[in-house]
Amino acid sequence: MTETIGATRRSNNTSILGVGALTSVFLFLALLMATYSKDAGMEYQALTFLLLAGVFVIGMALWVGGLVDRDPFDESEYENTLIKFGVAASMFWGIAGLLVGVVIALQLTWPTIFYFPELGWTNFGRLRPLHTSAVIFAFGGNVLLATSFYVVQRTCRTRLAGGMWPWFVFWGYQIFIVLAATGYLMGVTQSKEYAEPEWYVDLWLTLVWVVYLLVFLGTLWKRKEPHIYVANWFFLSFIVTIAMLHIVNNLSIPVSLTGSKSVQVFAGVQDAMTQWWYGHNAVGFFLTTGFLAIMYYFIPKRVNRPVFSYRLSIVHFWSLIFIYIWAGPHHLHYTALPQWAQTLGMTFSVMLWMPSWGGMINGVMTLSGAWDKLRTDPVVRMMVVSLAFYGMSTFEGPLMSVRAVNSLSHYTEWGIGHVHSGALGWVGYISFGALYCLVPWLYKKKGLFSKSLVEWHFWISTIGIIFYMVSMWFAGIMEGLMWRAYNEYGFLEYSFVETVEAKHISYMIRALGGLLYFSGAAIMAYNLIRTALGHGEAENLETTNDPYAQPEPRAAALAPAE
Amino acid sequence: MYEILASFAQTGGLVYFVLMFAGALAYALWPRNQEKFDAAARLPLDDDGGPTNGR
Repeated sequence: MTETIGATRRSNNTSILGVGALTSVFLFLALLMATYSKDAGMEYQALTFLLLAGVFVIGMALWVGGLVDRDPFDESEYENTLIKFGVAASMFWGIAGLLVGVVIALQLTWPTIFYFPELGWTNFGRLRPLHTSAVIFAFGGNVLLATSFYVVQRTCRTRLAGGMWPWFVFWGYQIFIVLAATGYLMGVTQSKEYAEPEWYVDLWLTLVWVVYLLVFLGTLWKRKEPHIYVANWFFLSFIVTIAMLHIVNNLSIPVSLTGSKSVQVFAGVQDAMTQWWYGHNAVGFFLTTGFLAIMYYFIPKRVNRPVFSYRLSIVHFWSLIFIYIWAGPHHLHYTALPQWAQTLGMTFSVMLWMPSWGGMINGVMTLSGAWDKLRTDPVVRMMVVSLAFYGMSTFEGPLMSVRAVNSLSHYTEWGIGHVHSGALGWVGYISFGALYCLVPWLYKKKGLFSKSLVEWHFWISTIGIIFYMVSMWFAGIMEGLMWRAYNEYGFLEYSFVETVEAKHISYMIRALGGLLYFSGAAIMAYNLIRTALGHGEAENLETTNDPYAQPEPRAAALAPAE
Repeated sequence: MYEILASFAQTGGLVYFVLMFAGALAYALWPRNQEKFDAAARLPLDDDGGPTNGR
């Protein structure tokens, strides 16, 4: 029987063995850490890793045993199962992250709600990083994993490279999420914004990310299409830059190899600059280029029109990445950072407006000749509205980065409103659009379970975003003005607590907005599950090999000529 | 030593980045590339089916 196993099959066996061996090495290290742990946090983290990675290895072994003669990595088919897992993980973490967001919005409004003194981890300080990391890295990260693996296969016309390794990336990333999230709740954190996980979790993520990069590059390497489609450039810049940012910002020395605490290599203003170089480029290369890649594939595909201007997409890409990387210092206006560096950050932030709007225009104009889809297809509308929010928040951002404006807006709720118009409007909606496309395509259905539920999702969430944004603008500008108000004797007009009290109603409206947005996502999860099950309007496609809901009118029109 | 390194990083970096960006612009706007880009823009639209029967 072994004779019949071809060369491809054997290399794929190697990938399964490789994943098993690498994970086993880390299982052994985790066992050592659990045994000799210096603190309770490390012990729990090591045991969590043992449990999750152990289940992964055992599950993989059982799966391989059940394969018998079937080639799990058949080169004549795309890897679709992994994308299905990615979609499910995105939806799960999205719901979880948004729910925590609603809880902390309510805690800010009524401080004792959902806070139980005997359960210390329910306090705001522990839950807030859980929310930010869950929505950015768990939800957004899984959306990017799923869509990048989907898009790179289609546009390169080849199966994902690496056999079992893409699965290692997926499960390794889920283990990273659980370790980070449970760590925050126990107070294991290095206290860097969007980079809270401690040194050993950082190392694990680095490993997973390098494998992700190699899988992506390997797939590009064996592509059958000579041109690398623009979406892949955006995905690649996301993967490469996040690797660089993650490694540099997390340079730290563990206090003990079996303890959870570490010390940062940088100190003072150098540390602050490194942190915000990382922080702003996480916005630029995680929350922007990755999701622009989604825009460049899913909008043309969904409306069946080529990108408005492919030339503009290339100029968009290079100008965006050349400019974004310098914008970080605008987070440190009026600090110990030298003035020239602040001005540099501000100037580059203002220049960023051009590529941002260039890309937005390119996405919106792709609908040329198909504008009716805005009315008839709520999924298209969701993606186009996401571009409108992208345009709005990329105008607002440069404005806020101007030092004079920043003196009013910094440290106020205006910043919170700004990031949420970008996160809920842009990142959330383009992701929802992609997930609404992917589920019928992957499960080979004619359409979604219910189009009217998408309408409900769209309107409920949009009203939610508007409540959120307007209330935070109001609260932010108000408190900014109150902080700088002087009376006739030169004393501050308001005490700090008065500025907090003044925001109470805005906080209530914000919590309502968040609740509406969460409700929309819950409707979506229900709709997607029913779609996968093939209920309602989601009937099976009769064709065997065509995963797409829309028929291909162009191919039919060309047929006589050929 | 600091001055040499700083001028290398600052002036050299500026020239290097401007040239790289000019190269990217030239590639994007080069008239002869138009046909290639028109075909590339259709990539997502023509990708139905499996890896083998792409086009």
